[in-house]
Amino acid sequence: MASNQLTGAEILLKALVDQGVDEIFGYPGGAVLPIYDVLFQQNAIRHILVRQEAGAVHAAEGYARSTGKVGVVLVTSGPGATNSVTGLTDALMDSIPVVCITGQVPTHLIGNDAFQECDTTGITRPCTKHNYLVKNVNDLARIVHEAFHVARSGRPGPVVIDLPKDMAIASGTYVPPNRVGHKSYAPKVKGDLDAIKRAVELMAGAKKPIFYCGGGVINSGPAASKLLTQFVRTTGFPCTLTLMGLGAFPASDPQFLGMLGMHGTYEANLAMNQCDVMICIGARFDDRITGKLAAFSPGSKKIHVDIDQSSINKNVRVDVPIVGDVGHVLEDMIKVWKSSQAKPDQNALKAWWKQIDQWRARDCLKYQQKGDIIKPQYAIQRLYEATKHLDDVYITTEVGQHQMWAAQFYGFEKPNHWMTSGGLGTMGYGLPAAMGVQIAHPDALVIDIAGEASILMNIQEMSTIAQYRLPVKAFILNNEYMGMVRQWQELLHGGRYAESYMASLPDFVKLAESFGAVGLRAEKPGEVDDVIAEMLKCDKAVIADIKVDKKENCFPMIPSGSAHNEMLLGPGDEAEKPVNEDGMVLV
Amino acid sequence: MNVTTTATTNRHTIAVLVDNEPGVLARVIGLFSGRGYNIESLTVAEVKAVENLSRITIVTSGTPMVIEQIKAQLSRLVPVHKVSDLTLEGPAVERELALVKVAGKGDKRVESLRIADIFRARVLDSTNESFVFEIVGDTGKLDAFIRLMQPLGLVDVSRTGVVAIARGAEAL
Repeated sequence: MASNQLTGAEILLKALVDQGVDEIFGYPGGAVLPIYDVLFQQNAIRHILVRQEAGAVHAAEGYARSTGKVGVVLVTSGPGATNSVTGLTDALMDSIPVVCITGQVPTHLIGNDAFQECDTTGITRPCTKHNYLVKNVNDLARIVHEAFHVARSGRPGPVVIDLPKDMAIASGTYVPPNRVGHKSYAPKVKGDLDAIKRAVELMAGAKKPIFYCGGGVINSGPAASKLLTQFVRTTGFPCTLTLMGLGAFPASDPQFLGMLGMHGTYEANLAMNQCDVMICIGARFDDRITGKLAAFSPGSKKIHVDIDQSSINKNVRVDVPIVGDVGHVLEDMIKVWKSSQAKPDQNALKAWWKQIDQWRARDCLKYQQKGDIIKPQYAIQRLYEATKHLDDVYITTEVGQHQMWAAQFYGFEKPNHWMTSGGLGTMGYGLPAAMGVQIAHPDALVIDIAGEASILMNIQEMSTIAQYRLPVKAFILNNEYMGMVRQWQELLHGGRYAESYMASLPDFVKLAESFGAVGLRAEKPGEVDDVIAEMLKCDKAVIADIKVDKKENCFPMIPSGSAHNEMLLGPGDEAEKPVNEDGMVLV
Repeated sequence: MNVTTTATTNRHTIAVLVDNEPGVLARVIGLFSGRGYNIESLTVAEVKAVENLSRITIVTSGTPMVIEQIKAQLSRLVPVHKVSDLTLEGPAVERELALVKVAGKGDKRVESLRIADIFRARVLDSTNESFVFEIVGDTGKLDAFIRLMQPLGLVDVSRTGVVAIARGAEAL
């Protein structure tokens, strides 16, 4: 063998190292054995053995979102690949950079229904940003470098490399990452300056403006969040964030109106409804945000900054589209704003803030903690109070009521500290994601705010958490229901709680102990603080089982098919405003 | 208005230049089926062997907002080099080819040949009781020809789908 010749497996590992990869999440199997053999004989890359492949992808997502780096997954062919599909789709919907290497049966067996064969590139085509099937070992290094470039640049997303076993064994030539651009793929980074000028002009003339920002700000990097904060403060405009955007603007800032959308605040949604200029930055007007499209912010001029051309004018027609990276566009916007000495009508702005303050006075997130039952909101609020002074706290969630309460009651000051499955809404996301975050930040406090139903979907990862001694904290709001399903059944289906009760739940304390973790439980409001304190003190993994009110619903709520100004603020509203039947067909 | 439901639906011919690699057509078709867009016609063939490029011509229909989406979605596929809306971007010529098999005897057989002559269709194959005609033209012309052949013993049709190119000196 010539000296510059390496096996495919060696080429793969070398390419990963050259791409700056330190950790990968994976699970071995027949088709990837040659790769695992090379992994075994090196020390540059640490492999984290998960317990199911979906856990590997979610862990890589948590890793990616908390570091800004690309998360890397290695799984085997067939079931390894199909198990990773949920995670890949999740990463696609939430624009998370992930590279997933899937083993494949040897080239000569492809198409023969071989053992553990599946059409991985076919299955993952619609749930990845791009995918590759390696057919020549000499293409492998280029493909790996290209995959990382595609995953992390533009609107980030998951990329699959399907590697047949014979390609991992065959010898080929390694090429280092080159800086030559891709021949067709070239995302636009700088925004059009004329459009930016028009946007600034609109903003300068605004009387009732609002910033509506999302995960694109976070994806653009921490500098973009700083620029956004600076720009919002310079303008004096109110700012609301999507579920994906939390942390892009400090929650404690008086200009922050809270999250918007289906379970967003009254003030944020009404401000969106009534504004005259909307500045949408790195968000995509999805149905959880807009509610009824025909009644969405009817009187406003809309500016939309997004790196993805296809996000523009998809759901809502905008007046000033700007295609580009949020960070670059914000930089230019601030420059133009300053040089044009824009000075919006201060009296109008004052009146607008007065109106907003009136909405705020409704105190839409209020709840009453009385009696012997723990309110879920109270539990999260106490958790927030106990941890907000800490420097590095990462929160992940599963999906459902607890997720919305976490978004409403936990304040995020910095980007990359909040990891939740927004687009796909994947139950079972939070625990493996927390695991990935903890791998990336071994000394940080990582908490999965969970529901008892969701966490069971990937509970096997407690075993991974035990193996790597990760001090992940699972804070379960246990209401013995799929709470959000139950809430919708109450609102839309006459209280017929079909299959949403979680019978035969495990004893989470004993479950924790069986995995070598610490189990804690709170059943009364008075016990919540103690359990939180004990959980934070503990240097091992913890499952805190917080038994909360089984009947509590998540408010405010814009029922599907309704407009921003048709919010339900609390249980009393349900009777007054029966949910319109058009909404029943929506999800 | 934010909603598109009131806007009218138009037919657009879109040319897409792509890397000629496995799976590229599946990506394009999957995008259309996955997002619920129409495909009225689709043709694909390699056009630049040296650069390994293929050209896909898609005829689709939708509201202006949907057409804009289709173009944006196509553009963000990694192997796509260029997307051009020939319907919007100035005059273009479109052609389609059809092979039309007509079986019959006597007057009907004579009549089919006479109509083929009017349409400048060529006879590619002939037996005592059948013709295979080759006809080239725009979609409307082919539709008309096939309609006229219906009562004359039409038994089989094979169409290429539309190919199109912009008028004038500019390349895609």
